[in-house]
Amino acid sequence: MASATTPPETGELKIVKDATCTFCGCVCDDIDLSVQDNQIVKAQRACVLGKAWFLNHDIEDRPSCLIEGQPATLEEGYDRAAQILTGGRYPIIYGLSDSPCEAQRVAVGIADWIDGTIDTTTSVCHGPSGMAVQGVGEVTCTLGEVMNRGDLIMFWGSNPAESHPRHFTRYSLMPKGMFTPNGRKDRTCVIVDVRKTKSAKAADHFIQIKPRRDFEALWTLRALVNGVELEADEVGRQTGVELAVWQDLAERMKSCRFGVVFFGMGLTMTRGKHCNTEALLALTRDLNAHTRFVAKPNRGHGNVTGADNVVAWRTGYSFGVNHARGYPRFNPGEYTTSDVLARGEADSAMMIACDPMANFSEPARAHLRKIPYVALDAKETPTTRSAAVAFTVATYGINTGGTVYRLDDVPIPLRPAFPSPHPSDQEVLTQIERRVRAIKGIRGQ
Amino acid sequence: MADSLLKIAGGTIYDPANGVSGQVADLWVSGGRIVAPPTDPEVRPSRVIDASGLVVMPGGIDMHCHIAGPKVNIARKMRPEEKRRDEVIPRTTVTHSGTMGSVPSTFATGYKYAGLGYTTAFDAAIPPLAARHAHEEFDDTPCLDKGFYLLMGNNHYVMRSIQENEPQKLDTFIAWLLSSAKGFAPKLVNPGGVEVWKTRQGGNVHGLDDLVDYFEVTPRQIIAQVAQSAGRLNLPHPVHIHCNNLGMPGNWTTTLETMKALEGHRGHLTHIQFHSYGGGEGDENTFNSKVTELAEYVNTHENITIDVGQVLFGETTSMTGDGPLGYFLSNVYGGKWFSGDTEMESGCGITPIKYKNKSLVHGLQWAIGLEWYLQVEDPWRVVMSTDHPNGGSFLAYPQIVRFLMDRTYRQDVLKTCHPRIRDRSSLADLDREYTLEEIAIITRAGPARILGLKNKGHLGVGADADITIYTPHENKETMFELPRMVFKSGNLIVEQGEMREAPMGRTLHVQPNYDNELEKDIQEWFESYYSIRYRNYPVSESYMHEPEVVPSN
Repeated sequence: MASATTPPETGELKIVKDATCTFCGCVCDDIDLSVQDNQIVKAQRACVLGKAWFLNHDIEDRPSCLIEGQPATLEEGYDRAAQILTGGRYPIIYGLSDSPCEAQRVAVGIADWIDGTIDTTTSVCHGPSGMAVQGVGEVTCTLGEVMNRGDLIMFWGSNPAESHPRHFTRYSLMPKGMFTPNGRKDRTCVIVDVRKTKSAKAADHFIQIKPRRDFEALWTLRALVNGVELEADEVGRQTGVELAVWQDLAERMKSCRFGVVFFGMGLTMTRGKHCNTEALLALTRDLNAHTRFVAKPNRGHGNVTGADNVVAWRTGYSFGVNHARGYPRFNPGEYTTSDVLARGEADSAMMIACDPMANFSEPARAHLRKIPYVALDAKETPTTRSAAVAFTVATYGINTGGTVYRLDDVPIPLRPAFPSPHPSDQEVLTQIERRVRAIKGIRGQ
Repeated sequence: MADSLLKIAGGTIYDPANGVSGQVADLWVSGGRIVAPPTDPEVRPSRVIDASGLVVMPGGIDMHCHIAGPKVNIARKMRPEEKRRDEVIPRTTVTHSGTMGSVPSTFATGYKYAGLGYTTAFDAAIPPLAARHAHEEFDDTPCLDKGFYLLMGNNHYVMRSIQENEPQKLDTFIAWLLSSAKGFAPKLVNPGGVEVWKTRQGGNVHGLDDLVDYFEVTPRQIIAQVAQSAGRLNLPHPVHIHCNNLGMPGNWTTTLETMKALEGHRGHLTHIQFHSYGGGEGDENTFNSKVTELAEYVNTHENITIDVGQVLFGETTSMTGDGPLGYFLSNVYGGKWFSGDTEMESGCGITPIKYKNKSLVHGLQWAIGLEWYLQVEDPWRVVMSTDHPNGGSFLAYPQIVRFLMDRTYRQDVLKTCHPRIRDRSSLADLDREYTLEEIAIITRAGPARILGLKNKGHLGVGADADITIYTPHENKETMFELPRMVFKSGNLIVEQGEMREAPMGRTLHVQPNYDNELEKDIQEWFESYYSIRYRNYPVSESYMHEPEVVPSN
């Protein structure tokens, strides 16, 4: 049985300065952690979500490896995992957005060796944003540029007050920057959403549009920015907002110095999906004929942006990649995990730091329940409970180091606070990969 | 196998750095390096490669390409359409699978370079904030020793140090940045222009003496001061310059002024083909070549080196740290456009592009590139490049070799291009043909010298055993596109197009010393204006498979 021995308690207080929080896509790297006896007792500067992430972290008192729900040694788990992944005709590897890049790279390598499909949680959050970039490109910037230059800050279908609590204070609204020396006073904030979210009170102007009418609203703005005359009644009927409001916003957007629009899943996962994002990215592009304007997705998971990058540099595509022919092919809908499972196609799987059993459709869950799969997670979840092999792994950013990418593609290192008796997901994946290579006769690195 | 001894016997060796030009000799390799022949006749090699009748050169060095980091990776993400119809890279028992298109995936990049006999490559434009990303990609790019240049020409701290006339601060910053990011050289991209692009619509600088908003420095000052600072720091490759006004008609005067701004200090002007145009601004009808005028200056000023940035006909992806250029090109071509403004100040522009031989402008660009190779008298100061993937893929290098070694082929292709190219460039009148020795200079010995890599680009004792063996052929494209064998650090990695093994290769970087007192000023600046913590910025060696510090001159 895998031993999970917690390091001895000494009562000594350790301070970890400039630690990185991986709870959301903001990846704040200015957290000072006070650590005592394998417990974080204080997380200075962390937001409400970050505090919950750090302060409630306990070492899971459960075996590092379970096979069919029974405690097993790690070695047995690695062997069985490699057998599962090499034994099927359609293996799929999914998740990755809460693992450091170092582990993600190994996972993509395994998918390659087993002719499998590799997909990340991007396919159920900002996958449509990635597809929109393939259509029109993207004009964007890093969060430091927002801080130094942004004077019109917009949020569309995104509620950072609840999803990214330090977004306003650390990056987008409050901070004083080189060309925004008065911080919030130098900025105008406009929020567009279908409901009055908690973020709305941060806005100078809140615009509530009809649900499922993001595309129409964005297309209205595009038309106005490009000098196209619109019929007021039609605009009001389509968007739920008067033409005059859109005219005012279009003028603001054209006349600001450096505009930024952050967008969220309110845009990417509602009616229109990638067409919505494409409209927003096209609008941003158009605005650069008048001023400087950029767009940025507010990515959710701590390292989902890293997953996009790792999968892209290794395969050429950022999610939904199938290796069945021995080389990467990309087709969202065909090779994205929720679809593959719902159609009952995959016959084995590995779920890394994700919980499809909790959030996929019933047909997808029903199929996953039927096939042998491996699960890696720091906590027990519905997905680990139904796994043929479940590994309890150390938590990245708290127990293990590595690299994560902030929502603006900026790579940031992790500073672990204290060790875990459980292996890291990188260690588990490396061990599985070693066995997969042996089974498949791979000599390469 | 440190004690193994490899003998490459009887090859026809081209090793210009050591004055060897086509002599038949043996090479001995041990511990990944070239060694002296054993003096003891009893010592037998553990392996002998019969290279008789074959041409032996050092491994190729690409000193200017875009193969890693955010810009390259976004281009991969943005362009699935070109991968589906291109060659596929299937997985084997020794190699990963991958995709091609104009921007191959990391593993495919390494295999394809190795397949051409190239064993070292430098990414030319890494945003300082993304240095860690570039190193991660390097660690997944096999078969090559790699390094990168760091974008500094629009950096606020650099401009402020120049504005306030604080050369020590500038020295400290450049040294600190190169050391912290594990970079190889300072890179200037449209110095000053990218900052202006960030501050106003369509913003840019248009000449060396335009003032940059807010910082009130000129491109000329940035070029001169960074070149001088790099000289004081004794950097092996002092400064790598992408001039202002790339691609614009009439930009040759800007290029000439840039050369003059160096004031005799060493400087490398990159993809100079894109900077050698005559004609009126925005007037395609007057677009013409000004290579003759610029080459004359290069020929008489030994402090200047260049690489060409050859254009090849076909479809590719334009990617640049020159934000306003990306905007300009996206408006010209009307395709999808990526732009990225990054703190620690750099920019980025990406857009698909297609060079057509029937286009007067594109044909001239092609001709101007070849003119450069043919008009610089000293081959040690001109380097082969396509600015991959901007002018075309690195996979076009064998074709460029043929253009240079075979004037009939060159003239035949010229005949297929727009007829007015003959009047507007001197290409039709140039009958120079390169020798194999000169090819060896512009593809390995020269770039090694320009980069200050003492162990590369030659086959003398102590050199890295990066060796390429070619089968001679009348058609030089055929000869260079499929080497007989390629050795990386003494290991046989490619044999007639087949990958034998794919070692990861080293990361080459510099580690100049700097003033620790002045570093505090950098820290204060960094924490005031940037969104990550200063302590989290430096990249540790743990990101590198095998780091190697290239010493100062």
